[in-house]
Amino acid sequence: MNPAWFLLFLPLAVAAANQLVLKKTGLAPIVSVASALATFMIAVLLLGKNETAHFAWATIGDFSINIGIKLDQLSTGMMIVVTGVGLLVHVFSLAYMKDDAAKARYFTGLSLFMFSMTGIVLADNFIMTFIFWELVGLSSYLLIGHWYQKDSAADAAKKAFLCNRIGDFGFMVGILMLWGITGHLAFDSMKGGLEAFQTANPAIFGGVLSAAVLCIFCGAVGKSAQLPLHVWLPDAMEGPTPVSALIHAATMVAAGVYMLFRLQFTLGFEVFEGLQASAIIAWTGGITALVAALMATQQDDIKRVLAYSTLSQLGYMVMAVGLVSGEAGMFHLFTHAWFKALLFLGSGAVIFACHHEQDIFKMGGILKKMPITSITFFIGVLALCGVYGFAGFYSKDAILVAGGLDSTVIFALLTLGAFLTAGYMGRLVWIVFFGEPKSDAASHAHESGFSMVLRLVILAVLSVVGGWIGVWPEATGEIIRDNLEHLHHAEGHDAMHSKVMLLGSAAWIVGLLGSFLFYGVGKNGDALQNRAKPVYEFLKARLWFDEIYGFYVAKIQQRFAVLLSVLDIFLIKGLFVRGSAGLVGLVGACSRSLHVGNIHGYVYWFLAGIILLWALAAGVAL
Amino acid sequence: MATLNDYLLVSGLLFAIGLAGVVLRRNIIIVFMCLELMLSAANLTLVAFSRFHVSPNGLPDYNGQMLVFFVITVAAAEVAVGLAIIVALYRARQTIHTDELTSLKG
Repeated sequence: MNPAWFLLFLPLAVAAANQLVLKKTGLAPIVSVASALATFMIAVLLLGKNETAHFAWATIGDFSINIGIKLDQLSTGMMIVVTGVGLLVHVFSLAYMKDDAAKARYFTGLSLFMFSMTGIVLADNFIMTFIFWELVGLSSYLLIGHWYQKDSAADAAKKAFLCNRIGDFGFMVGILMLWGITGHLAFDSMKGGLEAFQTANPAIFGGVLSAAVLCIFCGAVGKSAQLPLHVWLPDAMEGPTPVSALIHAATMVAAGVYMLFRLQFTLGFEVFEGLQASAIIAWTGGITALVAALMATQQDDIKRVLAYSTLSQLGYMVMAVGLVSGEAGMFHLFTHAWFKALLFLGSGAVIFACHHEQDIFKMGGILKKMPITSITFFIGVLALCGVYGFAGFYSKDAILVAGGLDSTVIFALLTLGAFLTAGYMGRLVWIVFFGEPKSDAASHAHESGFSMVLRLVILAVLSVVGGWIGVWPEATGEIIRDNLEHLHHAEGHDAMHSKVMLLGSAAWIVGLLGSFLFYGVGKNGDALQNRAKPVYEFLKARLWFDEIYGFYVAKIQQRFAVLLSVLDIFLIKGLFVRGSAGLVGLVGACSRSLHVGNIHGYVYWFLAGIILLWALAAGVAL
Repeated sequence: MATLNDYLLVSGLLFAIGLAGVVLRRNIIIVFMCLELMLSAANLTLVAFSRFHVSPNGLPDYNGQMLVFFVITVAAAEVAVGLAIIVALYRARQTIHTDELTSLKG
């Protein structure tokens, strides 16, 4: 039997066992961590395999929905990221959730999440992707709402679920359209179907395929938190910090990019060239990258800064897919997973050390208190900013080159985004790690335990070497490497590459220095607030997205819902349902009152009937 | 010699008396007798029409009289059944007064 089945179903079995059997015993965390370790080892073993296997899950006539696994370089490489980050998060959770009352429920959620995510990565057909896609939504809902006693956590969980549902609806429509076009659901046979469709209907091919791809893209917009459905992701920070890292760093949000790249890879890159949908995807990603970076510059919650940063980086990846350089996006996904996990775990360690204080203006001077955590965090920041030699440089470089080869405007968006990235990360670093502690909690912070530091160091190393494709070619995969090679040989690459090197480096240097000059070290308040209040408030309010949605939901959608409800109560319920029942009842009551039971009464009716008949016969009445 | 109109007049009177009895009386046996009276009125009409409708060969139309025989036979059977019902009713309810028999309600 293929070990990949074990990889897929082990987390499910563990989740079931945790919730049903081990809830009271306290064994649940250990079992979950063991399963995460086992899945990681299997994922390593599976590297470089190229197989497919499936069984029919539901059969209707000659149509069957399969549960299958598809192992290729893309999925095995992605599995390393998913299980690797998953393992780190499990281990981190052991310490972080040590005193939580509902540990078993939490670890059940984690295992369920691992199961769903593995399903998306290994899926060999779109229906299976969709099923696990929804499962990911469910498990993220459970995890974000882990502390459901807090209203904000419960609301954030609901918001995440609803935003995802909006995207998922489009995703489902897209899958059905694609099925209609190609006649297949399995990835392997889809390309053939598409080509047949193209030969049969050359005129409408581009438009129909664009529509299908855009609908599928809706799913990615929801899961990967692109504009305009990004609002759930910052709120999702209400969950426990390891969950933020798990959901953000590697997995849930990356699922959208992975799925898009899988789609592109399945249908062939050439059909995406010049497709209208590709341009829309690229622009969505580019705008998200810039807008999210803008919003990140004015967040006070350390985790929210990282959340917006994730949004922005996801924008880069999505844009790369839109530019038909999905391999650059996937590459960025791999490297980003490591350094963003590092940043999240590092921030988690800082938050933990400051007694669950998340406001950066109440921290300060952490460098002296927690030197190793701080240095690993700096490495993460440098990788995120794309400093030469760090992992982020290589992947961001590839995306910037792809963007630059496509259009100047997109390139400008990206460079500006890179500048802002360095800016907000610089702001975070100067305020949190330098200067004097600004609260009691921060002044009593001390370095975390050995296991925590060890994990940070491992991730820091990966954040540096993760971009060196040559070190571990299997993990990043030949697909990506070959395609990057392809990009290298594109026309104008060399000139563009020098330009990217120059402007990219300028962006992070100016960003870091600028934030240093602007914010200074260890300030209490936000410098922008004093100097440019309107801009500050605009950014602070996150461009009023939540307010606009709030207005739409409360004032427009709610009123429409009230109208529908009134129609429902009065027209459907009142008139049609109650009304018809009432009418029948009334007729019944009237005719019952005629039946007095007295024979003479009936005789009079009999007489009346005769008179009526006589009158009819005589033509008197009517 | 009596004419057809005389017969019909008597028949109408008989029917009216019967109907009035059915409508107005409360004793179920009287009601029953009045029903029979109405049947007899109908029979009288049939016989009268039969007698005064002479066919071309000089004989009356006997079809009407045949019908009367049937009516009388059926009425005899009906009386037997009706009286039996009344007896049974009396045994069950100890009354034959129609005002007290009101269980035919819907």
